[in-house]
Formats: sequence, C-alpha cells, structure tokens
Amino acid sequence: MALIELRDVTKVYDAGDVQVRALGGVSLDVETGESIAIMGASGSGKSTLMNVLGCLDRPTSGSYRLAGEDVGALDRNRLAEIRNRTLGFVFQSFNLLARTSALENVELPLLYSGASAVDRRRRALGALDRVGLADRAHHHPSQLSGGQQQRVAIARALVGEPRIILADEPTGNLDSRTSLDVMSLLQALGDSGITVVLVTHEPDISAFASRVVEMRDGLVRSDTRRPALRAVPAPVLVPVAAPPAEVSR
Amino acid sequence: MSPLRIAAIAARALMRNKLRSFLTMLGVIIGVGAVIAMTAIGAGASARVQATFEGMGSNMLVIMSGSSQQGGARGGAGTQPTLTWTDLDAIRALPSVRLAAPSLQRPAQVMGEGQNWGTTIQGTTPELFDIRNWKIARGRFFDEDDERLGTKVAVLGNTVVQNLFGPYESPVGQVIRVGQVPFEVIGVAAPKGQTGFGQDQDDVVLIPARTFRAKLQGGLQQFIAGTVVVSATSAADAAPAQAQVEELLRARHRIASGNPDDFRVRNLSEIASAQQEGARTMTSLLAGIALVSLVVGGIGIMNIMLVSVTERTREIGLRMAVGAKPRSILTQFLVEAVALSVAGGIVGTAAGLGAAAWLVARFGWPMLVQPQIILAAVAFSAVVGVVFGMWPALQASRLDPIQALRYE
Repeated sequence: MALIELRDVTKVYDAGDVQVRALGGVSLDVETGESIAIMGASGSGKSTLMNVLGCLDRPTSGSYRLAGEDVGALDRNRLAEIRNRTLGFVFQSFNLLARTSALENVELPLLYSGASAVDRRRRALGALDRVGLADRAHHHPSQLSGGQQQRVAIARALVGEPRIILADEPTGNLDSRTSLDVMSLLQALGDSGITVVLVTHEPDISAFASRVVEMRDGLVRSDTRRPALRAVPAPVLVPVAAPPAEVSR
Repeated sequence: MSPLRIAAIAARALMRNKLRSFLTMLGVIIGVGAVIAMTAIGAGASARVQATFEGMGSNMLVIMSGSSQQGGARGGAGTQPTLTWTDLDAIRALPSVRLAAPSLQRPAQVMGEGQNWGTTIQGTTPELFDIRNWKIARGRFFDEDDERLGTKVAVLGNTVVQNLFGPYESPVGQVIRVGQVPFEVIGVAAPKGQTGFGQDQDDVVLIPARTFRAKLQGGLQQFIAGTVVVSATSAADAAPAQAQVEELLRARHRIASGNPDDFRVRNLSEIASAQQEGARTMTSLLAGIALVSLVVGGIGIMNIMLVSVTERTREIGLRMAVGAKPRSILTQFLVEAVALSVAGGIVGTAAGLGAAAWLVARFGWPMLVQPQIILAAVAFSAVVGVVFGMWPALQASRLDPIQALRYE
C-alpha cells in the first residue's frame, strides 16, 4: 500500500456561473521515502493537487487515501489533526510570523499538538539544529536572510516529525545559491526517510527529485522516474535521532 | 488545547503590537474608569445625605398632640395637649421603640454676661441626646439625677454660646437667666448645623424637662406641652414603631374605631429614605451614561479585532495549515479580545479611582468606593470582550486556509 493513493481525483470550483475544472481525474501513488516533483505551468492544476495532497482542500470526486486513511470524507477538525501530525508545509513566501523568534515560529505546530512547553522547546531547538540555525534561535525573521528564513520554515515543517513534507515553490523567492542550500536540505530530509513532495515550475529544481510528474490542464501528462541530481554544497546536518538535550545559546 | 496555552498564544499576539493593544484598551479604560469614578462619587453623595439625616436623629418619629377646637376654629396640630407623661412611659415600653424623650419648647429671651439672645428653650430628658445624636463639645449633658431633682442646669447650643459669650470665653460654669430663673451652664453641645430645611439646630438651650415644667411652664402638668421624639430600634423598625405608637395611643386615649386620632405621628426616616432614593437615582443615571461609554469601548475592540483578523489573514492560514482547528483560532481571537477588555477594565479601575480621588481633593466631593462595583465593572468589561470579540473571532475561524495563505 502506497503512502499516498489518489484515484480519479477531480476538483471543480464554482466561479459564479462558470464551473472551473482544476483537476480532471488524477490518479497517483507515492511511496514512502520518494522525492517527487510536480511540475506544470500556472493553471495546470499543480497547486490544486498540492492543496488536496496537503489536506487543505477536499476533492470533488475520486478518493484520496493518506497512509491508508480515506481523507476525502473527513471534516475540518480531523483534517487539521492530519496536517498537524502527518504533514509539514514549506511555502514560497516562508510565512513566518513577524516579530516572533525563530524558535517560537518552529514551535508553532507543537502548540496545536499538545506537547508540553519543555518538550516544545527541546524539539524546536533540535529542528533548528537540523537546519543549521541553532545559533539563530532567538532572531526574528527580519534579522534573518531569505535562505535562513526558508530554513526556519523547513525546521517548522519537520518539527512535528511528519511523514510527508509538501514544499510549494520553496525556492521561488531565493537566489540560485541559497536555492541549492534549501534543496540540499530537502534532499537530506528525503534521505532520512521523509517523503518530499515538491511543486515547482523550474526544471532546474525538479532535477533534484527522483520522480517528476508533469501536469497540464488538470491532468497528469507524464510521470518519469530517474536518478536525482545531488544538490551541493550541503549545509551541515545533524542526525535526526539525536537532538541535543541542551543547545548553547 | 488547554485554555492556558491559548491564553499564552493570545498574550504573545497582543505583545507583538503593544501600541495598538493599548489604544484598543483605551476605550474600555475610559468606560470602566468613568463607571468607577461616577459610582464612587455618587455613592459618596448618597452617604453624605444619609449622614446628614443621621445627624438629625436616626430612625426618628415625632409624636404631636392633637388639634384644639373652639367653636368652628380648629387650632392645628399640637394646640390641644393630649399626650400625657404616662403615655410617654407606655411608649418607652413598646418593643420597636429604642428610646423616647419629650420635647417641650418655648421661645424665650436668655440673658448672659452683658448680652441677651432670643432663642428656644427646650425641656427634655437625657434620652434626647442619644436620639438626636447630640455630641458634647465642652462640659457635660444633664443626666437622670438632674431630671429627677429638677436642677436648674442648661446645655447650650453653639449659636447661643456665640451670641451670649462670643468665641473666646468658656460658658461652662457661668450662669444665664431665663426670665427671672437662673440656670448654671454645665455643657456646650457640638455644632450640628442646619437641618435639611434650613433650620439652625444649634440655636437652642436644653434644660431638664422637670425643670422646664416647674419653672417655665404653667398650666396642666399632666400633659406634655410639646412633642414626643421617638427613636425606633432600627431603620426597618421605624414603620412598625409608628404603627405600635398609633395603636397604643388610640387605646390609651379610648378612641373608638372610626373616630380620628387626637395625635399625629410623623416618620422622619421616610424623608431620609426619599432623599437617599434621589441620590441613588442620580448614581444610576451617571453609571448608565458610563456604561454607554463602556459599550462604545467594546465596539472599538470589535473594530480593531476585525482589522486584526483581516491583517493577520495569512497568519491564520498558516496556523490552520500547521494544524490549528477552527475552534483553536476562534478561542485565540476571543481570548485576545477578552484579554484586551479585562486589562482595560483593570487599568480603567485604577484610572477611575485616581480620577475620583482627584475630584475629591479638588472639589471636596465625598467619595465612597464599593468593592462590588469594581468587581462588576471588571466582569462587565470581560462580557464586553466576549460579546464584541465573538464576531471577529468567528470570521477568523471560518477562513478557508488556502485563500488565507494566499491573501496579500
């Protein structure tokens, strides 16, 4: 059984009198540990597919099974729980809370999962350490570079130990050098067993994924597996299993 | 999610924008401050009215004898003596009556050391000092022995002292004359000021009732040539005491049912409660106006919270994306609104007390702080926060995460 199973998923939006068919019947399986890039021009349906995969939106028809659970029929509360426990999001525009320290930004998902304050702090520091920003824990987003902000966002995505990280144009607001940093970080997460789903329109970025799904007009046009390009230079990474109990400030 | 954690999230959100949080609170601060200041001053005024009436005498009834009738002319209350000294003893024995004293009055010219003064001589018993809350300023009041022996002693009101002896000389031990009768001055009563009706309560010479009867009053000694002043056991007992006195006197005077009373009982505590009622109405009016300003403050909170929800749309979208349930978002914004209004309520209480204290210092108004008003004002501001925070919080919780994340 695949981690993600989409069967004939359609999504139709009501735009007044006109009905917009954003997804026209998508079937897709993604195995645990895969790194997959969803490509396509704007209007191809890739963002809609991303929203459905991220449990932010429900399909109009068809079925979506995530880790064996049919999420197409769940209510908003249950979807929120799945987003909290199973998924991590990385956005193009980082979406960090302003005037809030990197540490508190990373703690955010744990606030909604019921972790204790001590546990939250320990795990958030561990996640920041994994993205190489332990020494920036008390900086505010305005005091961080774009690449650092996106790394904080990645730390926030992985702090809840999700099975899947969904990255929507994660390098869209970054220059090519910091893009490489971010991609190597995502690749390292993929190597550690997390399934990475990448949405991008840049072939340079999709080259770092081992599977590329191309979308056009709400349908999958091609689905290619090939060896991924390694993103170098890789930032320093600390293994997942051993977050330090105390991190020096 | 625990309420404490949501409160922490809300507090963090508010601290991120301190100036705006303060300005939002300002409406509630002013509203609660106004409520506190107005009620403190209003209650103070009410307490002053009460104190004025307590100065006149607490829970007081005045019993007057009946009207004389000669031919067709009726003389008016008190012209026909009907109250007897044994009536007075019977009144003193009533359960709702704490104390009773006669009040025999006549105008007289009083002569002192080279000065004279027209005033009222009041013959009474020592109970009157208690009934009317007279305090002694110098010397002593006359007592039971003076009353029993009919000694020729006098206690002077302050106005009489000023006019006979001036401000510097002590009258205690001196002798004054009323007509040909000499009286030794044994005390000076503390000033009471005017009654609510403008009558000078200090323009009086008090002497024992027995002395009054023997030396100044002629005629029938068995009747009380004046009124009887009664103090009920409590304010609530004033009305029962009145009924008991009326029943007693009708029985003692053998008045058949259907015939009119040959006496009249006036209840002064009714006047006091009417005045207090007036002060209370004023307080409610002021508090009502202040409450309106509190509601305006609440609308201010709603306004800012709506702006805040719009402005933080992306934040809300993000929180939903990382796992916040609609209910968590609702609670967070509701708690923010309530925190703002309660903090405003607490600061407003301090500001209101400060303002009231300033008015007291500046204009000498009386002030009475009632703890229950403070509690009510803070509780009401919390209610304002819930009521006016609910709609913005609902708006926030109903946002679609996808659109919220895309919001520019």
